[in-house]
Formats: sequence, C-alpha cells, structure tokens
Amino acid sequence: MVENRPWANVFAHTVLIIGVALVVFPVYIAIVASTQAPYELLRGTLPLLPGSYGIENYTQMWQSGVSSSNSPPAALMLWNSFVMAMAITVGKLFISLLSAFAIVYFRFRFRIFFFWLIFVTLMLPVEVRIIPTFQVVANLNMLNSFAGLSIPLIASATATFLFRQFFMTIPEEMLEAARVDGAGPMKFFKDILMPLSVTNIAALFVIMFIYGWNQYLWPLLITTDPDYTTIVMGIQRMTSEENPQWHLVMAAVVMAALPPVLVILFMQRLFVKGLTETEK
Amino acid sequence: MQTKRMTFPGRWLPFALLAPQVIITLIFFIWPAGQALYQSLLREDAFGLRSTFVGLENFARLFRDGSYVNSLSVTVVFAVGTTLLSMSVALLLASTVNRMIRSRSTYTTLLVWPYAIAPALAGVLWWFIFNPSIGIVPYMLEMVGYQWNHRNSGSDAMLLVILAAAWKQISYNFLFFLAGMQSIPQSLIEAASIDGASPIKRFWTIIFPLLTPTTFFLMVVNVVYAMFDTFGIIHATTEGGPAQATNILVYKVYADGFIGLNLGSSAAQSVILMVIVVALTVIQFRFIERRVNY
Repeated sequence: MVENRPWANVFAHTVLIIGVALVVFPVYIAIVASTQAPYELLRGTLPLLPGSYGIENYTQMWQSGVSSSNSPPAALMLWNSFVMAMAITVGKLFISLLSAFAIVYFRFRFRIFFFWLIFVTLMLPVEVRIIPTFQVVANLNMLNSFAGLSIPLIASATATFLFRQFFMTIPEEMLEAARVDGAGPMKFFKDILMPLSVTNIAALFVIMFIYGWNQYLWPLLITTDPDYTTIVMGIQRMTSEENPQWHLVMAAVVMAALPPVLVILFMQRLFVKGLTETEK
Repeated sequence: MQTKRMTFPGRWLPFALLAPQVIITLIFFIWPAGQALYQSLLREDAFGLRSTFVGLENFARLFRDGSYVNSLSVTVVFAVGTTLLSMSVALLLASTVNRMIRSRSTYTTLLVWPYAIAPALAGVLWWFIFNPSIGIVPYMLEMVGYQWNHRNSGSDAMLLVILAAAWKQISYNFLFFLAGMQSIPQSLIEAASIDGASPIKRFWTIIFPLLTPTTFFLMVVNVVYAMFDTFGIIHATTEGGPAQATNILVYKVYADGFIGLNLGSSAAQSVILMVIVVALTVIQFRFIERRVNY
C-alpha cells in the first residue's frame, strides 16, 4: 500500500467481509440444515442457527443412507469417491511422468506426432463425446467397476505438458553426470528425475485429486449398481425424490465437500502453484 | 520442439514409456470422437436395426429445430452471465485484497475453498437456498413482494443456475486476478499516487489495463467452464427446465442421447461441441503465448 487512508481501509474490510459472507453463506445454510430435526424442515422456513440433531443426522447418513432413493450409506459412497479420486490421480501422474520423460529425454520417430496426439485429449472433454465413449466402455465390459470409473479419465495433456516444461528446466549436466556414472534411463528417471519433481507432483496431486473427487457425469453414466455410487452422484439421487429429506441431503453435502476443501485449506500453497502453473 | 542436447539411446524404450498414455488416448478419446463423427452422418430407423447414410442431414435438422436454436441462445446467456458475474465479483475482491498487507493471506484462504466444491453440489446448495417452499431467499423476496419460483419461471431458473455456476468459479478468478496484480511493478503505482491519482483512478488507468492479458485468459477459461463443466449444476437442479429455459448444449447432448435415444442427432451435437472446444482451446493458447511475451 502506498498511502495511508484510514477510511479506505475500513471500506475495503467491509467489502471483503461482505464478500466472504456471501461466499460462505450457502455452506453455512447447509450446515444449519444438516443439524435440524426432520420436522423442522417441513414447517416452512429454515432456522438460521444450528439445531441439536446434528449427531443423529450424520450418524444416520453415515451408517444407513436414504433407502427410499436407493442411496447407500455415506461411508460406502465416500469410500467409492476416494478410490475413484485416488485411482484417477495416481494414474494421471504416473502415465504423464512417463510420457513427458519419453518426449524430453529421447529422440525417436513420430515424437512430434505423439505429442500432438496427447494434446488432442485436452480438447475432448467427456461431456462432448459421452455416447460413443459410453459405448466403448460398455463393449469392454467395464461398466460398474472402478476400472471403468477411472481408466478412461486418466489420460492427461495438462500434466504431460507441465512435466515436460519442468524437465526442460533441469540442467543438462544432470543427465551428463548420470550417464558418465553409467546410469541407464530408468535409473536416471527413478533416482534423479522423480526426486527433483516432488513439488510439481504434489501440486498436481492436489488439483487432480479435486478433479477426480468431483467427477459427476462419468460415474452417473457407467455405474448403475448402488455399490459403486460415488457421493456427489448419490446426493443428486437423494434430491431428485418427490420430497427430499433435506436434513440428510445436507449432511451428505457437508461430508462430500469436506475432503476436497480440507485438501485445499491444508495444502493451499501447493494448490495455488498447481492451479496457476497448469493454467486449467 | 526441442529435446535435451544429450539424450538416451534406445529404439523401443520411448515407445514403451508413451504406450499407456497413447493407448488410453486412442481407445477413450480418438476412437469415440471418430465414432461421433461417423454417427453424425447416419440415421437409425425407429427400431435401431438399420442405419442409413444421410450426409449432413442431421446437422441441417438441428439448425431447423427450434429447440436446438433455443439451446444455443440459452447457452450464450448462461455463459455470458456466469462469466461476467463471477469475474466482476472476483476482480472486486482481488483488488481489495491486494490493498491489504497483514490480512491478505487470511482473506485469500477464506475465498479460495469453493473451488473444491463439485458443480453438482454447488447446484444443490443454491437449489436448497432458493427452494420455493423452505428456502431462505424466496422467504425474504416475498417480503419485498416478489414470488420466486424456479419451477415455473424460466428466468428465475436461469438466474439460479448462473448464481450457482458463478459462485463456484469466483475462487479461481480471484486467484488469477490476485496473481496478475501482484506482478504489476509497485513503482508504477507509487509514481501515480505521487502524481495525486486516487486509488480508484489508479485502478482504472494502471492496474486494469495491465491486467488485460489475465482478463482475456480468464474470459476464455470461464466460457469453457460455463459451457462444459456445468453439466452437474443443470442435471442436479433444473434438468434443463422449466420449458427448456436452462437446457444448455452439454445437457442437451446427454438428454437427447441417453433419454431421447436419438443417436444421430446427439452425435451431430457432439461434433458441433467439439468444434467449439477446439476453437476455444486455440484462442486460449494464443492468449497464453501473448501473455508470455508481455
């Protein structure tokens, strides 16, 4: 700040506090609703302060779910989301590291061609090619499985680009020294490249985990078996009932939002790095 | 495109390293995209037994079909509304946070976390707040005499999905605007304030023009987000209704293909969407390059 203007500061804080309040408001309402007794939400307007039924609602949602809308217990849905998110994240990081390594550290035929082939995945989000992709997965017998949930989503142009960019900044001398000492390509990859990339891997991990956790359309299409319901999708099922049980729905919303929000809050520095460096 | 000056020898190893990525891309990206192109040129008969080649007839039909044209205009309204709302709120918050010294990181933390919330959940949260029977906002609106009902009123429904989509995107825009402002040299701002420019004047004559690359970049990213990543918001709340008022293009592809089972038409819509994504991606990359020069 360049000058001292006390009133401008008061004004700025007011703007920010209103801004933060508006951003927090929907989630605050969700927390309030998830602690109300079932009848409280049928009476018309929602109270503005938390009620005392929080433990009951969360326990019920965690252990038994909402049977009328065919939603399994939240514990199972959260586990499914976690497995899917981890499989997508680890898969993306693994194959992107390998392909970036190949593109930067080898000279071979069709190198540029493969680079562009990977680039194309950036342009074809699931949303625009859902039916043919669904048909492919159905033909491969991958419906209702974790493989079907994760493998079609793990190709990643952004991660490959980021790792390529980073590998280009590693000094040439690293490779020269490793080769003089007789290290083969995979040894160089494992003992030199991987340790140097730890920060980048962690930053991408945060972004990819959130991406995987929040998948919606894809699980919706390829899982019909309640045993594979993920939490984000299960909540949609609960709200599409005639009279949704909002106190349980909101308990599930809070539980579904908590893991990725905690990831951001505790790894904020890595999150910002991952976000601003991948640019998407 | 460069490699390192010195590289590893090896004829097969690089192909083996690329294989997982390339195989997945071919099976789950290139092949389905090809299928969509192919199916968009075919029409199936009523029983799905035979399909005949109809050329560009599926595309011609789409543009004669009032509901597709409607969906196009709905998408434009939705994308422009979401982009404008979320970018202007984010710009206001970022420029205010940028003034702060001690409280900057606290406010940043309080503003970034909605990025983690899935679009479908954002939709459910706002759907609940605006629920005509128990929601809190309709209750307040009724006191000023407005009957909110997104189940009947198309404009109410549109406003609701724009709010939900913009809310989730604020944190992303905020982070990029803040990063953009912090890269502006402090000396420019000091010089202006010595010349007596007020904070508001400094913002419009120095900060905002220097943020242009960030603004353009975010505009493209936000349009892409509003067009393709908001499927969950629509599906979990309005389902394209009432009376198609929120039936954006990605939702229509899904609804026509999976619910209406009109494969030819859905494939043609997929192809149009792919063309739009490719165009937007090209624009985005050009702006990124320009940003590097600046």
